[in-house]
Amino acid sequence: MGVLVDRNTRVIVQGITGHQGSFHAGQMMKFGTKVVAGISPGKSGTKFQDTVPIVDSVADAMSFSPDATMISVPAPFVKDAAFEAIDQRIKLIYILTEHVPFHDSMDLISEARNRGLTVIGPNGPGITVPFECKIGIMPNQIFKEGDVAVASRSGTLTYEIVESLTRSGMGQSAVIGLGGDPVVGMNYIDVLKLFEADPKTKKIVLVGEIGGNNEELAARYIKEHIKKKVVAYITGRSAPPGKRMGHAGAIIEKGVGTAESKIKAFNEAGVKVADYPTDVPGLLK
Amino acid sequence: MNLYEYMGKDIFRKNGLPVPEGYVVEKQSDLKEYRKPVVVKSQILLGGRGKSGGIKFAKSGEELKSAVNELIGSKVRGLAVTKVLVEEMLNIQHEYYVSITLSREHRAPILIASSSGGVEIESVPQKEIFTRVIDPLIGYSDYIGREASKFMNLKPEIASQFRSILRSLYKTFTEEDCELVEINPLVETKEGKLIAADAKVIIDNDALYRHKEFSITDPEKTPLELEAQAKGYSFIELDGKIGVIANGAGLTMATLDALTLHNGKPRNFLDLGGTDNVEIVANAFDLVLKADPKAILINIFGGVTKADTVAKGIVEAKKRFNISKPIVVRLSGFNEDEGRKILSENKIETYPTMMEAVERVVKVAGGA
Repeated sequence: MGVLVDRNTRVIVQGITGHQGSFHAGQMMKFGTKVVAGISPGKSGTKFQDTVPIVDSVADAMSFSPDATMISVPAPFVKDAAFEAIDQRIKLIYILTEHVPFHDSMDLISEARNRGLTVIGPNGPGITVPFECKIGIMPNQIFKEGDVAVASRSGTLTYEIVESLTRSGMGQSAVIGLGGDPVVGMNYIDVLKLFEADPKTKKIVLVGEIGGNNEELAARYIKEHIKKKVVAYITGRSAPPGKRMGHAGAIIEKGVGTAESKIKAFNEAGVKVADYPTDVPGLLK
Repeated sequence: MNLYEYMGKDIFRKNGLPVPEGYVVEKQSDLKEYRKPVVVKSQILLGGRGKSGGIKFAKSGEELKSAVNELIGSKVRGLAVTKVLVEEMLNIQHEYYVSITLSREHRAPILIASSSGGVEIESVPQKEIFTRVIDPLIGYSDYIGREASKFMNLKPEIASQFRSILRSLYKTFTEEDCELVEINPLVETKEGKLIAADAKVIIDNDALYRHKEFSITDPEKTPLELEAQAKGYSFIELDGKIGVIANGAGLTMATLDALTLHNGKPRNFLDLGGTDNVEIVANAFDLVLKADPKAILINIFGGVTKADTVAKGIVEAKKRFNISKPIVVRLSGFNEDEGRKILSENKIETYPTMMEAVERVVKVAGGA
């Protein structure tokens, strides 16, 4: 088993007929992901790309024995879509959608955790184990198989770092986008546990940004529990306090969540912090 | 979205929280007959109003008129006052603090309360502050109120009122999609009643679609930021001289950081998002040009965004806005060769990596 997903993971897509959902479901299939069904209420009986059956509900998709779902529906419908998946006990729920009200996220994450199910996101680019399974919108062409695991709160910045790893000959064992919102299902500590336990992963990259104290908590956890080599990159050093830098979660409030504090915490935990995204491969050597 | 005090109090009233009797005044003719001593409070979205002269007391009809006269049209902490809240004066016995906000770490609401209210909570010693994470699946229940009352040493008759306030405050927090509900001070009157003397309410911007009754222009946003917001761009003005357009919030922040580390100062943050639309790219230039930078840096990592589409947008913008300022482009990812070809045919400088582009733009912008 790879980190959370592998070549046998059976994936359904909630919102497969949408603009985003259909493009990315296609890309996922090209990557090798087993997309077993798509959900689009009222469109059952049709097929996606002539191969993937479309059904009306997650309940109807259960005959395809899904292990994971990708939710790509508009923000106002995310809570309902996630509850639908939780109700059917889908083990892994990845939410791509941006701008989900955080009260909805709180509710659905608590319900999932209560049942031992995993939620990642909202507002993340997906999870990829090259070249076994990709759920989400990460570009197929940047990956290489290898032993570096990456966890990040951002999208394009992750691609930048993954690509620079690939160019340096360093492949990846898993790349997980945690999401850029203040409330997300999985944080660094959750993925650090998975990376530490994963036999394929030898080194770990954490990509953080300003806002909240998740990086600081991760640094403390690494110091006590992680034996594998960890390198970090933190963005938002130049961000002024009180301004949301694009992500709802990326804001410095009352001095909490500054890049300095995060970099200091990582340094104290013996984790090297890269100045530029492209410095990450060098620090991993 | 930060709400004005009077709006917060309307929400409190709707949810059963005790607030002082009062009304909003925009002009003298809104004033009602004077009956008892009142407080006249400027409605601005910043704290510290009392210290900066934004709150006045009136013990007669004349004093009320002159307080309204002085405050409306004045500036308090640099913000124009267009409305005041006229409220009954409370006989204060004691001031408490209470708020509910989000604990990111716990992905759950957190209750914060203290018997030392009426001052900034940051200045209250930690040992005097009660904090309690609330399980969203359970919500508020009276055992939480009992824990808080015990910690705060509340008398039984105050504790029972406090529990009912917490219940209503939690309801407000969840039903109105709040990031923060804060009462500071929560006043115990000489008559033994708890009343919310102030109201600070912040609504989650992502939930505004279900709270259309609130519409406030953020006073901290610049006119250009408001224009960008209306056009759907994530845009922030900064004080440097290099215009920036990038895609993705994280990569845009990383671009600003890289410029800063190279002694170049960014003029703005502009996240293009994932787009395959030439117009969205071209219109982004319109915004950045209005900020009058010395040079413009484009940093695109095309994953979902196609590099050739971005290139076409840049060429289109250069023609449409007749741009003579230096443009430095980093294009990488999906269809990058086609994108770079389009740019070089139009004599626009491109670099394959972010670092090369950053170094170049700092140079053409004339250093810091």
